[in-house]
Amino acid sequence: MVTALLLEREGAAPLGAPHMHVREAAEVATRDEASSTIRGSFSLTGVSVAYGRDQVIEGVDMEIPPRSVTALIGPSGCGKSTLLRCLNRMNDELGNVTVGGRITLDGVDIMGKAMDPVELRMRVGQVFQRPNPFPMSIYDNVAYGPRTQGIRRKAELDALVEESLKGSALWDEVKKSLKKHAFELSGGQQQRLCIARALATKPEVILMDEPASALDPISTQQIEDTIAKLKDSVTIVIVTHNMQQAARISDQTAFMLRESLEAPAHLIEIGDTKKMFTNPDDPRTESYITGRFG
Amino acid sequence: MSRTSRTRRARSAEAVARILTGGAALGVVAVALFVLGYIVYNGIGAIDFTFLTDVPRDRGREGGILPVIVGTIWVTTATAALTLPIGVLAGIYLSEYAPRNLATRAIRLAITNMAGVPSIVYGLFGLAAFVLTAGLGRSIIASALTLTCMTLPVVITATEEALRQIPQDLRQASLALGATRLRTIYKVVLPAAAPGIITGSILGLARAAGETAPILFTGAVFQMRRLPEDLSSQFMSLPYHIYAQVTSVPGWNRTLVWGTALVLVAGVSVVSVIAALWRSAQRRRVKW
Amino acid sequence: MSIPPSHGERRRGRTTMRRAAEGVVLAFIYVCGWLAIIILAAIALFLILNSVRALNEAGLGSMLSGTAWYPTSNPGKFGMLPLILGSLLVTAVALVVSVPLGVAAAVFISEFSGTGVKDIMKSIIEFMAAVPSVVYGLIGVAVVIPLVKDVFALNSGMTALAGGIVLGVMSLPTVISISEDALHAVPFDLRQGSAALGNTRWQTTYKVTIPAASSGIFAAVMLGLGRAIGETMAVLMLTGNAAIMPTSVLESVRTMTGTIAAEMGEVVQGGLHYSVLFAVGLVLFVITFAINLAADLVLEGQRKRWRR
Repeated sequence: MVTALLLEREGAAPLGAPHMHVREAAEVATRDEASSTIRGSFSLTGVSVAYGRDQVIEGVDMEIPPRSVTALIGPSGCGKSTLLRCLNRMNDELGNVTVGGRITLDGVDIMGKAMDPVELRMRVGQVFQRPNPFPMSIYDNVAYGPRTQGIRRKAELDALVEESLKGSALWDEVKKSLKKHAFELSGGQQQRLCIARALATKPEVILMDEPASALDPISTQQIEDTIAKLKDSVTIVIVTHNMQQAARISDQTAFMLRESLEAPAHLIEIGDTKKMFTNPDDPRTESYITGRFG
Repeated sequence: MSRTSRTRRARSAEAVARILTGGAALGVVAVALFVLGYIVYNGIGAIDFTFLTDVPRDRGREGGILPVIVGTIWVTTATAALTLPIGVLAGIYLSEYAPRNLATRAIRLAITNMAGVPSIVYGLFGLAAFVLTAGLGRSIIASALTLTCMTLPVVITATEEALRQIPQDLRQASLALGATRLRTIYKVVLPAAAPGIITGSILGLARAAGETAPILFTGAVFQMRRLPEDLSSQFMSLPYHIYAQVTSVPGWNRTLVWGTALVLVAGVSVVSVIAALWRSAQRRRVKW
Repeated sequence: MSIPPSHGERRRGRTTMRRAAEGVVLAFIYVCGWLAIIILAAIALFLILNSVRALNEAGLGSMLSGTAWYPTSNPGKFGMLPLILGSLLVTAVALVVSVPLGVAAAVFISEFSGTGVKDIMKSIIEFMAAVPSVVYGLIGVAVVIPLVKDVFALNSGMTALAGGIVLGVMSLPTVISISEDALHAVPFDLRQGSAALGNTRWQTTYKVTIPAASSGIFAAVMLGLGRAIGETMAVLMLTGNAAIMPTSVLESVRTMTGTIAAEMGEVVQGGLHYSVLFAVGLVLFVITFAINLAADLVLEGQRKRWRR
């Protein structure tokens, strides 16, 4: 809680010299409580999203515990990806999107004016549906985020690149060719590069928007293995179409549904993945999971 | 009419159409080759060391064209230095920042219309605005500013198109890593779009180097004893030199004037064609 | 697992300096973005300001309808009609040359040629567009003028015809590339649909593709027209510049652009003649602006049609 408050101050503090004190304080607090406070938990209350006048999501309440995998499932067009983009405020970039309700990250409101979306995104990374490496070398791709944060020292960057590529299980395949152009990698490798790129900013949360939908089965397997390893250190929120995948990799599952084109999507049910797939509370969840629609 | 005769008629119509349109295309090629060949044939004889390194003598009937070449390089370089930053920033605005509204539509309309304003009108504008009102006098800088106004639409359009080719995915990826829009543009989008921007700009600048009307009243002179020293100097220029020789020097030296034309065309067209080929090669290499 | 707990504290964040620098760059971007409108407005403004004297003393109506252009007589006569008609006549000749040839070549490039031929044709068109107008003028002086003189047995080959032919060649790149774009933009499905009905390539082209691209081709013609009307150097060198009411393409004419270029060097700055030349520029600006606006609206309509 102390950390959370300090973080809130950090987010709101004017930048520059006075900022230093706050950050130093935060540093101390983090070190002290590194073992007790695990960061990266989201709390959503009454979240709604509208594209212009078109209400697409309404009344979503959701708790996302830290160091866990939360899967968002539901038929296409039910607003899973839109909801995901609320968590790192990527919807801001689309222009006419308004988000209502309250979203907090470790107790700090992320939708207020005090939160700079640019700084939020350093803490909440994202991996996209199609692999989208930058047109530069493997090394430069991974070092992009840290460099954005102002890290210039080569030794520090080298260490971060190695650590991140190990985190996404790509290190062994590319350690000898870090200067190679990222486009020379296969699709699956590119996607793991994108995961490494997201890890390099040391995020607390990584959002994944159908990260394996453009990949072959073997690459998909590798991505899933990576996710399983990563949840020890980061919170993962994943949107997926593939229910087997949700069942395999997630700890909790949220089912969203837009019941008609006129009505906005709702969160139908959220719960422990095992329970959701074996004994869901809502009949709509059951019929979706058993493949009756979607 | 039987089906076979209809097919036969369709086939012969097809053949006639191919011959006619192909003939037109061939005609265009023939004209282009004639233009190229005629310039080279008439001009090549003039090209030697003296021609490229001497000053014009006897009002241009003898001697070389060194100050003419140097003047063209001066004014084109100054134009490039002004046009590129402004044009690229404007292209970035249109591609990355401009909202979809009436104002942006008006900007686009202004750009296409700028491209259609006659070059002589730019000359009038340059005379009134830069030479007289701004007090720059007839000078390289006044001419360069005039040529900049004329070239800007080309550079802006080239930049905007090149930026639009860059997939939205890449911008999203960079933003999601906590980069600002500006950093995203500077680090990811601009480098990826650079080939298109550079090529388009070179094409625009090559045209500017060959323009006469905008510099007629803004700084080009018929004869200069010395090379230009700074941006406030007047200057000689290849296209203006050709025009002045043909229209105001009785008994102009055909060989030297064609030689001047060859130097101008070689400079302008070689650069343009290389730039165009390079761009299409780049387009084929990088598929998003 | 090698990733340690998150290190939020290591982030440097965005410093005040960096934000300020970004603000400055953004301001530049916005100013440059709006610069096109500013320049275009400035052009109009300067043309109008410098035309005021001419409009007051010579009068717009009498300038536009006057048939006598004797700017240096005392008092000067500033009837622009010979110049306007001269421009229109030369432009008309140019269109007769460039439209059929250019559109047919565009059809060939777009519909009947493979990638290799297409690339070569595009390079050639690029070359034609890159040749400076003064060089076209020079070729006209050396080739077209003697040719016109001999063929029509004239005293001088410096005629509207000579200027128009060269101008037509010069507008070819504009006409070809914009028509080709318009043909190219016609969706593949549409052609396939026609081919599936048993139409040959040419039947598809003239029944489906050309009608579908017609607005774009029309815009190409408009833009070629705009280019030809605004062209200066070649006409100045080729048309003989006699400011008389034209009656035939085999006579010498003087265009608006040529008049400005030839006379601006000899006038007194701020004088009536000077102002009248700006008025000629203003007329030219208004004409080309209208042409370009029309072409732009047509092209925009076409773009909307194929957007899916």
